[in-house]
Amino acid sequence: MTLGHFVSTKIPCDSVMKTPVALEQHEDNWKTSMGAWFPGDRVVFRGKDLLNELKDISWVGLLLFGITGRFFNEKQVRLFEGLWSLSASFPDPRLWNNRVAALAATARSTGNLAVSGAVAVSEARIYGRGADIRAIDFLLRTKSKIDAEEDLGEIIREELRERRVIPGYGRPITNKDERIVPVKRLAEELGFLHGTYVDLAFNIEQQLARGRWRMRMNIAALCAALAADQGLSRQEYYYISIPSFIAGILPCFIDSTQKPEGSFLPLRCQRVLYEGKLPRTWNNQQKLPVA
Amino acid sequence: MSRISAETEVVRTKIWLETPQLDDPFSASKCYCYGYDVYGDLLHKASWTEYVFLMFSGEAPSPAQILLLDSLAVAIANPGIRDHSVRAAMNGGVGGSPNAACLIAALSVGAGGLGGAHEVAAAMELWTRCGADLNEWKKRIQTPHDRQPIDTWPPIEHVPGFNPHGVSCPKPLLETLHHLANCSPGEALPWLETNRANLEQITKCPLAMPGIAAAAFADLGFSSAQAEMLYLIMRLPGAAVHALEQQRLGWRKYPFFKNGLHLENDPGPFRINQDSL
Repeated sequence: MTLGHFVSTKIPCDSVMKTPVALEQHEDNWKTSMGAWFPGDRVVFRGKDLLNELKDISWVGLLLFGITGRFFNEKQVRLFEGLWSLSASFPDPRLWNNRVAALAATARSTGNLAVSGAVAVSEARIYGRGADIRAIDFLLRTKSKIDAEEDLGEIIREELRERRVIPGYGRPITNKDERIVPVKRLAEELGFLHGTYVDLAFNIEQQLARGRWRMRMNIAALCAALAADQGLSRQEYYYISIPSFIAGILPCFIDSTQKPEGSFLPLRCQRVLYEGKLPRTWNNQQKLPVA
Repeated sequence: MSRISAETEVVRTKIWLETPQLDDPFSASKCYCYGYDVYGDLLHKASWTEYVFLMFSGEAPSPAQILLLDSLAVAIANPGIRDHSVRAAMNGGVGGSPNAACLIAALSVGAGGLGGAHEVAAAMELWTRCGADLNEWKKRIQTPHDRQPIDTWPPIEHVPGFNPHGVSCPKPLLETLHHLANCSPGEALPWLETNRANLEQITKCPLAMPGIAAAAFADLGFSSAQAEMLYLIMRLPGAAVHALEQQRLGWRKYPFFKNGLHLENDPGPFRINQDSL
């Protein structure tokens, strides 16, 4: 968590003590090159006419263009779609984020609210966005260190000393990741299996095996490596991954809407294991008058 | 008949105990929170603030703690109609989004590192590190942390607890700080009131509500994670009522910033190349 860590301010505080200049400058004045809607006429998307120049682009291609400002070719777009399909679309309502959607449905909430909640919790530390950003960050940092002629074994040992984990390696519940083989197959088909970062990801796995750390590569490392090979930064990879679980979330929601309300994996009172204080009586506190 | 066996997965808790109804294992006959009978005892004796304090701390509050938490709750219940999180909720309201969506919008925005719950948590970390030591505050503020942790939060761009856009500490904040410092059972708020001007000189920014709230949560004995949660919850009433109001007024009476956007790379109206037809 980013607590107590702050970077030097982008706004010179010396000047704002005299006048709120940054706010005044932006009143009714939002300058942007991202785009705008011209009601009844046209839409500009990062300098392109959306309804004409971008009319044939796929949705994922547009998503990538919106995030990066760069156009990706058909194979690259197919890669990202494939990564989402194979690695992030498990319609299993026991998975924590999917379970939010199933609970929303059983409580008869809306599909949109269900997806909002499920996507929000997908920004988790041990899976989803938290795992993604740490995985790509580790690969990018490791590559820089190797370029500076540091030893991979030492990089891994240092990472374990500092953080006690190697992002993208090891997995909660099971160490084997069933998604690695199909994602490798997809990457091979598209010609992306032997990029710099994918090679590095497999080298790290081999190093971990040699060092007997018993951590195998999980899908977060492979997906991050494939994304890094397409030139995505940490932030770009984080942004592109945000919708990735939705294909698995919605079936869980729909399934639960089609069953009796309240029936999704109910818990009887005895399923709550209480480990707290014994019953006691509340003693009314003397309230202080409001000062 | 009970179907609980040794293999049955359970939810573990030190907070909540339920005993089942005799005729229905899925309905509770008694509910205890940290040992207190919620409906047989607490309901008749405790206020909402006392119950919330109990849930977060595990113990009943002292009279001074109740007064401080109650006062803080009043101070932050409505961050004001121009606050980012309230504006987010109103955007839900004007478009006719579900009420829950308005609150989700307020939470998403109000979670942030500028004026939001993440700033409160970061400011509480400063309290943990610096306490009532002005030199330590000076050191920490002037030499921000050496390394950013890797996570999805954007880095906080200013000293947590202070307003990077502010000119001077506004009167409502001074009134809040004075009142909370007077009723606090702890040391952080009185110290903050005494040293506010010094801190503002060091940070070159005026104190902001997250800084006051962080000191209050520290005086109540809460962790930064508890403070983050409470700050999110306690600011929702304002977001809710402003969203409901704008829902009634409708989008026509709500700013669209018609002249507020300036496109820097407008390609102009699209013209089909006649030669290519």
